[in-house]
Amino acid sequence: MVDTSVVLSGVKLDNPVIPASGTFGYGNEFKDFYDINILGSFSFKGTTRDARFGNPTPRIAECTAGMINAVGLQNPGIDAVIAEELPRLKTFFHKPVIANISGFSVEEYAYCCERIDKEEQVGIIEVNVSCPNVRHGGMSFGTCPEAAAEVTRAVKAVTTKPVYIKLSPNVTDIVSIARACEEAGADGLCLINTMLGMRVDMKRRCPVIANTMGGFSGAAIFPVAVRMVYQVAKACSIPVIGCGGVQSAKDVIEMMMAGATAVEVGAANLVNPYASKIIVEELPVEMEKLGIDRLSDIIGVVE
Amino acid sequence: MYKNDIYKIASNERLTDSVWRMVLEGDTRWIVRPGQFVNIALEGKYLRRPISVSDYDQKSITLIYKVVGEGTEQMSRMHEGQTLDLLTGLGNGFWLTDKCRKALLVGGGVGVPPLYNLARTLLASGREVSVVLGFNTRDEVFYEEEFRRLGCRVEVSTVDGSYGVKGFVTTAIKEKALDFDYFYSCGPLPMLKALSDAVEQDGQLSFEERMGCGFGACMGCSCKTKYGNKRICKDGPVLEKGEVIW
Repeated sequence: MVDTSVVLSGVKLDNPVIPASGTFGYGNEFKDFYDINILGSFSFKGTTRDARFGNPTPRIAECTAGMINAVGLQNPGIDAVIAEELPRLKTFFHKPVIANISGFSVEEYAYCCERIDKEEQVGIIEVNVSCPNVRHGGMSFGTCPEAAAEVTRAVKAVTTKPVYIKLSPNVTDIVSIARACEEAGADGLCLINTMLGMRVDMKRRCPVIANTMGGFSGAAIFPVAVRMVYQVAKACSIPVIGCGGVQSAKDVIEMMMAGATAVEVGAANLVNPYASKIIVEELPVEMEKLGIDRLSDIIGVVE
Repeated sequence: MYKNDIYKIASNERLTDSVWRMVLEGDTRWIVRPGQFVNIALEGKYLRRPISVSDYDQKSITLIYKVVGEGTEQMSRMHEGQTLDLLTGLGNGFWLTDKCRKALLVGGGVGVPPLYNLARTLLASGREVSVVLGFNTRDEVFYEEEFRRLGCRVEVSTVDGSYGVKGFVTTAIKEKALDFDYFYSCGPLPMLKALSDAVEQDGQLSFEERMGCGFGACMGCSCKTKYGNKRICKDGPVLEKGEVIW
């Protein structure tokens, strides 16, 4: 029997497989396909202070080996998540969940994290800093080390739960932002979020997506994610959750060898609702093929 | 409920220049209502392709699809004996209501297919069914005879007047003075809106939207309704006339 367990800041996971935020809702849609308790955990839909409808449709575009989405953080708001989604989740998921929090100001991040801090089932808070900072010209918090650090400090001040900052790849130097978050007290990092992309409808001569641009994800971005996980894991001493283009158990192992302690599976869940289940089941098989007894031994083995 | 399974192509034939009919064999128990859809995985394509179910029985599913892009073009090149990976039983389809005794079914273009099983279901429940099928031109017309053979009254409209009533489906409804107390419709958005505005009767409308997952997870196909935000793929594609915000 191989050991697939990993530990993220004191939170022990049976395996490193975590469906990524925005591809798994609040778990409800997937419980009809399989028992989601086989997962390591999952990261719930990006949640903001107020309910948001998000962007106009079309929000989705097909790409070679991937997709673009511009959902625009549609969510019912933190109050509804606490009052309705988490009590419902508790009825069918019995593991710690990762709470993905988004905001448009430092105060909003802090407010949401303070609210979610009191929820027992939340094991880790994952802070999405790819949102635009509305007070400062709309530039994403995650594109500037100082802004990312400011969010990290504000969130750390209001919670005792482990705080993981989810980083955007749409930056010149992700290592400087990762380091800034670590110095500001982040317990861990999650990367990468989607890459900014765009498609054009040639018949209509306009963007496919109503929002013009959106986040590109899927198999195509896997090498970019592996590279960034490698760079950040080498430069920081806090755990990294790898995310981006993961499709298989092999991808999970590769991402972990590059430096990830756990791995998020995103767009693959939308293409095949059983994708994360298949990865969990295949993981021991692939470990045996590669002669890995304990998965945590391979974290960051790549020199 | 929905399920992922492999289906075998029993036939794949052309109905018009761009519209094809594919019959698939396999487990159909997850499809429980007319107006539901399947989501098809295609080799080399990342996202699945949602296609409405035109008809189904205990061992087969009939899909009628229009070739509009690379995915549907790929489907049109597939042949008998090949297999497809489907998620089936998706969406909240058409439902029967006591308000409906004389039904009017209105389909526009590739919105016609899901009305076929609906017509069968309504007729089997003892209701009268009239059907209006709208197309751009004569060459695009399909399924007129199929609906008639079921026992429906069928009227066709074409925008250019090359076949049936010249004009839109709403022109045909008025000109032919069709008698109905409830409508069901599927077609392009302008047709759904024009129909909803033109008739006093209540009804159900099936909407189309670009989807990511097809089962309610990604929020790619959300819309606002009078009853709150809904997902076309999971809460829809069928919505009630009274809840639609145009």
